[in-house]
Amino acid sequence: MSELLRTPFPERAGAALKDAFLQQALTIATTKFIDMRRAAFEGFPQGDALRDRARGIKEATLQRLDHYLGQLADNVERLGGHVHWAGGAEEAREIVLRLCRDRGVKMAVKSKSMATEEIDLNEALEAAGVTPIETDLGEYIIQLAHEKPSHIIAPAIHKTKGQVAELFSRALDGNFAADPEVLTAVARKVLRQKFLQADMGITGANFAVADTGTLVLVTNEGNGRMVTSLPRIHVAVMGMEKVIPSMTDLMVFLAILARSATGQKLSSYTTLVRGPRRLGELEGPEELHLILMDNGRVRQVAGPLREALYCLRCGACLNVCPVYRQIGGHAYGYTYPGPIGILLTAMLKGDRSVKELAHASSLCGACKDVCPVRIDIPRMLVELREGLDRGRIAPWSERMVFRAARRGMQSPALFRLGARLGRVLQRPFLRAGRLRRLPFFFGKWTATRDLPPVAARTFSERWRELEKP
Amino acid sequence: MASDVKASIMITCLGDLFFPEVGVAMVTVLRRLGVAVDFPGGQTCCGMPLYNSGYHEEAARVAERTVRLFAAAEHVVVPSGSCAWMVKTEYPGLLKKDPALKAAAESLAARTRELSQFIVEVLGVTRVESDFSGSVTYHDSCHLLRGLGESRAPRTLLRNIAGVKLLELPGADECCGFGGSFSVRLPEVSTAILDKKLGNVEETGAECLAACDAGCLMQMGGGLSRRASRVRPLHLAQILAGGRP
Repeated sequence: MSELLRTPFPERAGAALKDAFLQQALTIATTKFIDMRRAAFEGFPQGDALRDRARGIKEATLQRLDHYLGQLADNVERLGGHVHWAGGAEEAREIVLRLCRDRGVKMAVKSKSMATEEIDLNEALEAAGVTPIETDLGEYIIQLAHEKPSHIIAPAIHKTKGQVAELFSRALDGNFAADPEVLTAVARKVLRQKFLQADMGITGANFAVADTGTLVLVTNEGNGRMVTSLPRIHVAVMGMEKVIPSMTDLMVFLAILARSATGQKLSSYTTLVRGPRRLGELEGPEELHLILMDNGRVRQVAGPLREALYCLRCGACLNVCPVYRQIGGHAYGYTYPGPIGILLTAMLKGDRSVKELAHASSLCGACKDVCPVRIDIPRMLVELREGLDRGRIAPWSERMVFRAARRGMQSPALFRLGARLGRVLQRPFLRAGRLRRLPFFFGKWTATRDLPPVAARTFSERWRELEKP
Repeated sequence: MASDVKASIMITCLGDLFFPEVGVAMVTVLRRLGVAVDFPGGQTCCGMPLYNSGYHEEAARVAERTVRLFAAAEHVVVPSGSCAWMVKTEYPGLLKKDPALKAAAESLAARTRELSQFIVEVLGVTRVESDFSGSVTYHDSCHLLRGLGESRAPRTLLRNIAGVKLLELPGADECCGFGGSFSVRLPEVSTAILDKKLGNVEETGAECLAACDAGCLMQMGGGLSRRASRVRPLHLAQILAGGRP
């Protein structure tokens, strides 16, 4: 990842644009996601009201985050679970590693979790001699490929089925057809053994219900259920903002989460975990550990990125983002891609890390439009940009250009002068009434697009004769 | 037909410098609808480029200037959804530090309309007589569509012109890739988004591509011209004005 970040963002994006496989995979997948989401909400008239309600719940919960987290922790412990509080990524990793060490864990199966991606848990486990096995099909694919997820809910969205067949054939020593059913069956067979062998199951949590101590996992493959019930230890790593007050609230979120993500009414599996195995129960882990992770979140409860804490990680904003649809997730360079990813990256890694990414949006607003909790992503991107100027993180030259532009916009005389100057300077470049190749900065436009010339007479200059009808 | 309505034109920087014919067409259409049109002098830019790039202090000073310039206007009509959005939804917040200015900004916001919305909502007109004839496809500009929630007014006006055959654009609601400074900060990404848009436009077989935003028209027009396309980019006002735009 860090190696990738050494390349400037525009180059990373440029490389993605030239990757024909990526382009094909992205177009197919995002179009499908968009259509399915649209169909799901068209047949769901109460959807809009529920989205408002969900947003309201998130707002209210953050107002009393400490209260709900305390309640959650009490209830998880009352049910026999253990609660750990983690400040940063390092601390969260260390808690998991310590559990592995103390309990002789050699292998851990994982269900899909962005929180564990966020803290690079797999790398830490491997370094400590624990084998992590991703059991979500998409995550399994990218683990075999030694890659990172490129989408919040569809981690292998950047791969075509042909590429997956090739990868499986190589990694699992076989000759598999590029048929999703065949490939899924192959993965299932391999993973079934792992579920039975693993000492630890690691998950994230889509929600945690404070007043019942319930951890909620939303999955489509049933692997979450295996991970939370077969190994003797279950560890859930969760961002603190995922707590919700009650089961009634959960119903609101469940009604809009899968619809936003995949267009399903509900995901195939909604796993509710309340504590470890109880006396007399035949299934479930002997131990349950919940790691409540801050990692930059709490600071934002009263910070400019507060709204980003509402995020349900449905991925809908990625699917509709014209930039994401062109460059995919890896080009962003961080755990969370897409429009919301830029905000989350700023939250986790600081403003400086999104110096370039803050501008990776045309501010078209499609993200805000589909967000189940109506996060105003474009506004926060603009605010991030403002912070880059205020913090003098934006390049000096850029800040000078915009200050000069402000003068032009404040003075009609300068504005007119600019127009006249433009008319003179553009003359050598005019071809058939168009500007086809301009030097310097303007070349960024004319490399691929023509530019209309400054008009022979601007509207302001024509007004005098227009004035008399 | 509406009468006694007075409207001031906010031409916008792109309209003034690059598309004066759009302004002229707008004057023609508004006069045809019985509107008394004026044009407060000294106009420059609404400040959106500054605002979107994060230069909010600067944008606020430009906004303040615009608010004063149009203080006396009964209605303000803008040929660009994005600039109308800037004035209507962002000015009051930008100028919130000074209560009097904020109130003036709110007043301007209430009096400002994008052209198609002005015709349909304020004038209550859904049919503008125009001798324009040809097939047209319409691109929803992001700020008019999602910022101001308008997708119907331009389509209604187009559909009600006898000679216009309106062909729906696949992915009409998707961005054209302009995004102001985005188009030059990330020109390759911007162009890739544009290429997708123009592919959809050409697929419709329409002779004209209509939009209600000078930014989108600059981007899409620039792309069409570069690929020597037969499709002509036109502002809604030009189609409503008719003649031979």
